[in-house]
Amino acid sequence: MTTGIVAFGAYVPRLRLSRQAIYEANAWYAPNLKAKAKGTRSLANWDEDPITMAVAAARDSLPSAGAFPALSGVVLASNTLPFADRLNAGVMIAALNLDEDVEALDVTGSRRAALSAVSQAVSRNKADGGRILVAAADLRQTRAASASEMDFGDGAAAVVIGDEGVLAEHLASAAVTVDFVDHFRAAGEDVDYVWEERWIRDEGVAKIAPRAIKAALDKAGLTAGEVDHFIFPTLFKGIDAQLAKQVGIRPDAAVDNMAGQIGDTGVGHGLLLLAGVLADARPGAVILMLEFGAGAEAAIFRTTDLISRFKPRRGLAGWLARLKEDRSYTRFLAYRGRLELEKGMRGEQDKKTALTTLYRHRKAIMGLVAGRCRETGKVHYPPSRLSYDPQCSALDTQDPHPLADRRARILSWSAESLSYYPAPPHHYGQLDFEGGGRILMEFTDVGPGDVETGTEMEVVFRVKDRDAVRGFTRYFWKAVPISDRAAVAANSGAA
Amino acid sequence: MPRGIKDKVAILGMGCSRFGERWDASPEDLMVEAYSEALADAGITPDQIDAAWFSTHMDDIGVGRGGTPMGIALRLPFIGVTRVENFCAGGSEAVRAAVYAVASGACDIALAVGVEKLKDTGYGGLPLPSVGTLIPQWYPNAVAPANFAQLASAYQAKHGVNRADLKRAMAHVSVKSHANGALNPKAHLRKPITEEQVLNAQIIAEPLGLFDCCGVSDGAAACIVTTPEIAKALGKTNLVTFKALQVAVSNGWEMHANEWDGSYVHTARIAARRAYEEAGVKVPRDEIGMMEVHDCFSITELVTTEDLFISPEGGAIRDVLDGFYDASGKIPCQIDGGLKCFGHPIGASGIRMLYEMYLQLQERAGDRQLGDPRLGLTHNLGGQPSQNACSISIVGHYDD
Repeated sequence: MTTGIVAFGAYVPRLRLSRQAIYEANAWYAPNLKAKAKGTRSLANWDEDPITMAVAAARDSLPSAGAFPALSGVVLASNTLPFADRLNAGVMIAALNLDEDVEALDVTGSRRAALSAVSQAVSRNKADGGRILVAAADLRQTRAASASEMDFGDGAAAVVIGDEGVLAEHLASAAVTVDFVDHFRAAGEDVDYVWEERWIRDEGVAKIAPRAIKAALDKAGLTAGEVDHFIFPTLFKGIDAQLAKQVGIRPDAAVDNMAGQIGDTGVGHGLLLLAGVLADARPGAVILMLEFGAGAEAAIFRTTDLISRFKPRRGLAGWLARLKEDRSYTRFLAYRGRLELEKGMRGEQDKKTALTTLYRHRKAIMGLVAGRCRETGKVHYPPSRLSYDPQCSALDTQDPHPLADRRARILSWSAESLSYYPAPPHHYGQLDFEGGGRILMEFTDVGPGDVETGTEMEVVFRVKDRDAVRGFTRYFWKAVPISDRAAVAANSGAA
Repeated sequence: MPRGIKDKVAILGMGCSRFGERWDASPEDLMVEAYSEALADAGITPDQIDAAWFSTHMDDIGVGRGGTPMGIALRLPFIGVTRVENFCAGGSEAVRAAVYAVASGACDIALAVGVEKLKDTGYGGLPLPSVGTLIPQWYPNAVAPANFAQLASAYQAKHGVNRADLKRAMAHVSVKSHANGALNPKAHLRKPITEEQVLNAQIIAEPLGLFDCCGVSDGAAACIVTTPEIAKALGKTNLVTFKALQVAVSNGWEMHANEWDGSYVHTARIAARRAYEEAGVKVPRDEIGMMEVHDCFSITELVTTEDLFISPEGGAIRDVLDGFYDASGKIPCQIDGGLKCFGHPIGASGIRMLYEMYLQLQERAGDRQLGDPRLGLTHNLGGQPSQNACSISIVGHYDD
């Protein structure tokens, strides 16, 4: 039985913040940032967090509902988990509308959390079979005028580990654990504390990483020269090629880390690069992925003949093409809560969530599951015991009817500047779903001119409200224009 | 078929406070202002009132819940006071309850009062509503202008109207109401405006600008009703009676089925049909003499003229621009300035609409008195186009 990757996906938020704009805003204080003022970094919208990005990547990796065998587990790797005590992977299970007998696990605490999660999933599959989704995402806080602000980006990736329809066989994993503190973040803090780059490179990466690489190659029975793709997400320019050379991997095998377009997206970045490699890899390609943190971990995969058969829903290339460049540095600070904008009194509204209500309606709210009347075929959202058709007074005739994977069109809409909203103007309107169902829903990732009556939309899982008093995050679904069209508009300068 | 309310109940007296930013007045003061006028108009003493209904919408500003705020403010003689609430249509509900109480014979004289004190929030626009525990978890944190603005997007799509033409017709609606409101000493907004001002105003909710939105006002209104026989016995002449009182409330069809096209208000059409049936009106465009519609936004008034079967479907823009609803037009609409300029103290608005129809029918409307209006219609809409309570009343002379 072969264990390996049976599906993969990625997610990159739509906004790309200009590094030149970051530099210009901070030039008075940190003129040395000019050296980094090139390209863009990805920027999560105000209503995204590692859970929503992980859900987006997971959905990218799961072809439309019904056509994919059920998952047996979900593992979420992140160093910026929104909840310290509420199973973050459990939120994903609710959003993906998975069966409640699916296992869930959060993995955190090091920059190699994603490969640790993959390794756990592989072991689980080898022991018990099943298909385990591993998602990884980060949304890291940075201080204004820091190098990290320039270097980091936001994003997520997902792979499904299984043993049927394997696209890339898992050949080996190897980890070395060393308490090498290149950076740390104490519990309760939000920004990393980082030691000197030269020491990390020379004493850390150069000495620790080769041990993990060698161990993995030995287990797989391969030599370094046989590696076709070497994935090593790192902030340090050129260090991946230097390490490749040091261990005997061909220099041209080093995979571009996309620092120029999106930056380093944290724990998910290695899997994100892997999703990019898998999308174009030929059968039989050997991929070695390395993550450095608290030691190092390496995993080796070899693509199978099935590799070209799988297509993620949008894929990394699709997400990269769906972009809107932004030059507003204060938007970036405000979205991350690092700049307190005047909200007005309307911003004082209490966002307390009744957890009892949330639980009763969890399928409708978290999974966007409507009710379809089996007598009339009409779709109701939220589901109800009685259907609205006056002719149909039968009780309890609605079956679960998931809407998240269905397209919709705008029936009516507006964009207002009256309510408090973090990204004004606040767009919302009525959506009619394919196959029935109508929801008055917020739109996100849109600006003036992006939508009109009849615009085709899809729905995404996002933060609905943040309860600043109690620290609870309320999630729901929002509508965005079908992305390929938005990408075309953005790239033609219309968005 | 029920026999309906036609000519069973008469208005004995009415009162209405001055509407506006009443920094000087508490909600209790506003109630007293309207009630005193109504009591004097009716020519009765408080101990002649058998029961009362009280409309106020907001819970956490104003007076809070229950019947006691009205019982205490008006020092009523320990009669029943029932609070009713149906969004912006609550005032009409209080009147309906009082009218039905009289019609049933349970009461000889009943009182309806509506009040809202909106300007104690500290910010402009309507206060943020409380909506229970489920709705905030999925429903947009939506505001009234954007809820109603959606009528415009759907109306444009349905009738192939471009934004500029619709904006111009909506501007005419507001210019007309300001011209009317300027003649009303109790109105909140009393300055005439120009079409340019409307079209150049800042956008509140696309495509609605500032002047497409009604005032947010403090105010109260009161109505005392009895039977025509008792009214006559009390010496009243030129009686105004109820010809129809209808309410239609959404059942979720608009919001959840995929059939409603979003360009009109479904309940308004249902309530209008029932009201015309109850009043015996066959051709509304010919028989209705004047009306006060729920012009919370200019687009609402525009589509409402079609929902009431007065303008043909898709024909409201032409009628509006032709001046059909102007003070000098065939069916003057918002002759008192409407919600737009008289103001919109939510719980009082339905009674305020009735107040103007009553004054006009009694030929007591001062500078804005119309020639010889016969039937007057009020349309009081609570909620939003996709889910709402819509109340339609028709009043006229008892002998008509």
